[in-house]
Amino acid sequence: MDFEDTPELAAFRREARAWLDANAERRTDNLHMGMEGEAAHLEGKAWYKKKADAGFACLTWPKEYGGAGLTSLHDVVWAQEVQNYRTRDAQFVIGIGNCGPAIMHFAPEETRRELLPRMASAEDVWCQLFSEPSAGSDVAGLRTRAERDGDNWKLNGQKIWTSGALYSDFGVVLTRTDPTVSKYKGLTLFMIDMRQPGVEVRPIKQMDGGQHFNEVFFHDAVVPDHYRLGEVGGGWTGALTVLMSERLAISGVQPTGFPQFLDMVRSLELNGEPVANDPIVRDRLATWYSQYAGLQSANKRMITAVAKGGIAGAEASLGKLVGAVMNQEIANFCCQLFGQAGIIQEAQFSPQRAHFQDSVLFSPGVRLAGGTDEVMRNIIAEQVLGLPQEPRADKGMAFKDIPTGPS
Amino acid sequence: MNFEFSEDQLFIREQARNFLSQECSADVVRSVLDTDVAYHEPLWQKIVDLGWTAMALPEAHGGLGLGYLELCVVAQELGRALAPVPFSSSVYLASEAIKTWGSQAQQEHYLPRLAAGELIGTLAHSEGLGADAVASSVTGDVINGTKLPVPDGGSAHFALVTANDTDGELCLYLVDLQQDGVHRQTLQTLDPSRGHASITMHNATAQALGNGSVGAPALAELLDRAAVLLAFEQLGGCEAAMESGIAYTKERYAFGRPVASFQAIKHKFADMFVALELARANAYYGACALACDAPDLPLAAATARVSAGDAYYYISKENIQAHGGMGFTWEFDCHLYYRRAQLLSSTIGTQHQWKQHVATRLLQAA
Repeated sequence: MDFEDTPELAAFRREARAWLDANAERRTDNLHMGMEGEAAHLEGKAWYKKKADAGFACLTWPKEYGGAGLTSLHDVVWAQEVQNYRTRDAQFVIGIGNCGPAIMHFAPEETRRELLPRMASAEDVWCQLFSEPSAGSDVAGLRTRAERDGDNWKLNGQKIWTSGALYSDFGVVLTRTDPTVSKYKGLTLFMIDMRQPGVEVRPIKQMDGGQHFNEVFFHDAVVPDHYRLGEVGGGWTGALTVLMSERLAISGVQPTGFPQFLDMVRSLELNGEPVANDPIVRDRLATWYSQYAGLQSANKRMITAVAKGGIAGAEASLGKLVGAVMNQEIANFCCQLFGQAGIIQEAQFSPQRAHFQDSVLFSPGVRLAGGTDEVMRNIIAEQVLGLPQEPRADKGMAFKDIPTGPS
Repeated sequence: MNFEFSEDQLFIREQARNFLSQECSADVVRSVLDTDVAYHEPLWQKIVDLGWTAMALPEAHGGLGLGYLELCVVAQELGRALAPVPFSSSVYLASEAIKTWGSQAQQEHYLPRLAAGELIGTLAHSEGLGADAVASSVTGDVINGTKLPVPDGGSAHFALVTANDTDGELCLYLVDLQQDGVHRQTLQTLDPSRGHASITMHNATAQALGNGSVGAPALAELLDRAAVLLAFEQLGGCEAAMESGIAYTKERYAFGRPVASFQAIKHKFADMFVALELARANAYYGACALACDAPDLPLAAATARVSAGDAYYYISKENIQAHGGMGFTWEFDCHLYYRRAQLLSSTIGTQHQWKQHVATRLLQAA
């Protein structure tokens, strides 16, 4: 047990730091990058291209797919270093973290060599299309139909909560190809070209006023059969690969709100007294720090296991669950701490440029996106602790016969 | 970076678990809980024979010369088995203090005997309700004062005692508990499987630890190290309590299905798992900082302590809940974990105190 880098990793750290110093601006706070939408998208693309050209994109991917052929420990070192700079390094985490592994796993070699390097450098941006209005936590209950049409497939239906769909060139989409068998067996996974007339993207205005997610409608959208990922009817297995990659991909970038909270406690005075002297603040600081530090160390343990050839299991759900809840609790606590002015959501009047007010309104979404708190608890209980599944009313039924409730 | 114990250390843990599952059943724990004995002597003797008391002591003083990481894995298993022995007092506190700050003569006298289990030592610091105010005092080599609760105070041969010297400075003293000037009285505590006593010193003889200026900073350092080791005991207790709840709710049926299949129960265990894994991760970080003598040991130790205390309280209380009415009986073991959780989050300082340490140390850090 030790904290030391191996000589190889220490060299990589120096190299990464030197490159970042020359190519990015050092952070002076832990605040959000600001700016959303197309401007953020373009800035993200420029950053990814720059790091791809320098050989720092997709560190763990093989070189022939646009990666650097390095280990997950290099990835950790990179994440540790890049967090000190103002970059959009996590802008395309869903495409690269979720869709990338699915393509690597299921697509033919020729397709991989064609698409993955463009994904790594963000020349192509990808989104993931799983959730539907009637298939959230029960995602295998989805209804988007894919029907054979010669060498192509025709897609009809609707997806929802698709991050970045508005600016995506491609997507990985889970569809129903056979409603006459059980819900898990009738699914097929495809890649889809998002830039076609049959695909319509409509941004969703969220409760916080932002527009991060989208609805995606398919009207006879066309997918060539060679864009199929895995067997017809084998989509669920593929989807699980994607979802597991997602949890690993987001476990390092999951917001907790803690660094901003610590910055606030260190710097803010209220009524002429540092808030750091407030016993209630100190109590919360200790509790949240112990959770935050626990997540950091849990991540290190997971990385150690992966580096030794193990796999990142459902334990990755831990970071999602703890981080999302803490983020909301911290935000609420801070708005209370600030007194009646805590409801003001304006950068010039609110500490940390209204980060906590923004979080009060955004954090409910974090507890839902990428698997709800409740789904995370089920995953931990069933897959890690081996507790029995809840009895399912749709078990063994053909998908078309499953009750759906009043519509 | 490597965040796992070595193969050898994991082997020691496995050996310890096997040994304790044979030699430290719930019956052994209850034999101390239900009677007036302060600890389980046969188990203590076997632990001594295995060399655990000698583990982290130098070979020159009869020790095995192993490190803190080996001690951590043993601590985890002692905690898992709820071992009713004075290990933490004698090893994490008394032995560590003398090893680090004792004079040559003190080391030569005490360490081989502690290693061989001939002597049991403890730390006597608390003086009753409230936190850490010390009224005990020493003049020359004469000590007066009352300490309570003292873990293993009824069975230990000697104690490290905190007291003020004639300048009013807090110092650590070695006090033979078998001398005439010392009166000991057994205390009933929340966890009677571990003996506690009050100790009254009336013109008793005391010997300063080391050069006589071993005071508050040394005490803080000693407690930081013990905090990491105790966090591993808490971790082991968390694991055992949670495992017992999982086993029970999988087998017990209600409404025609295993109780463990209800989400109300599953989510409870998921939350226990979260608390446990955070505590484990923090304890591992603490172990690493302890083994490397890292500069952030004070923060790492306090964090490990807070995290493990929160987890053990949460898991031990929800484990009772998951067991239903049977969990509230004397017969079921749920209360053994709940009691131990209470004890461990109070000994060497409460959760409240350690949370203050976390806040202070975090805000001091760069």
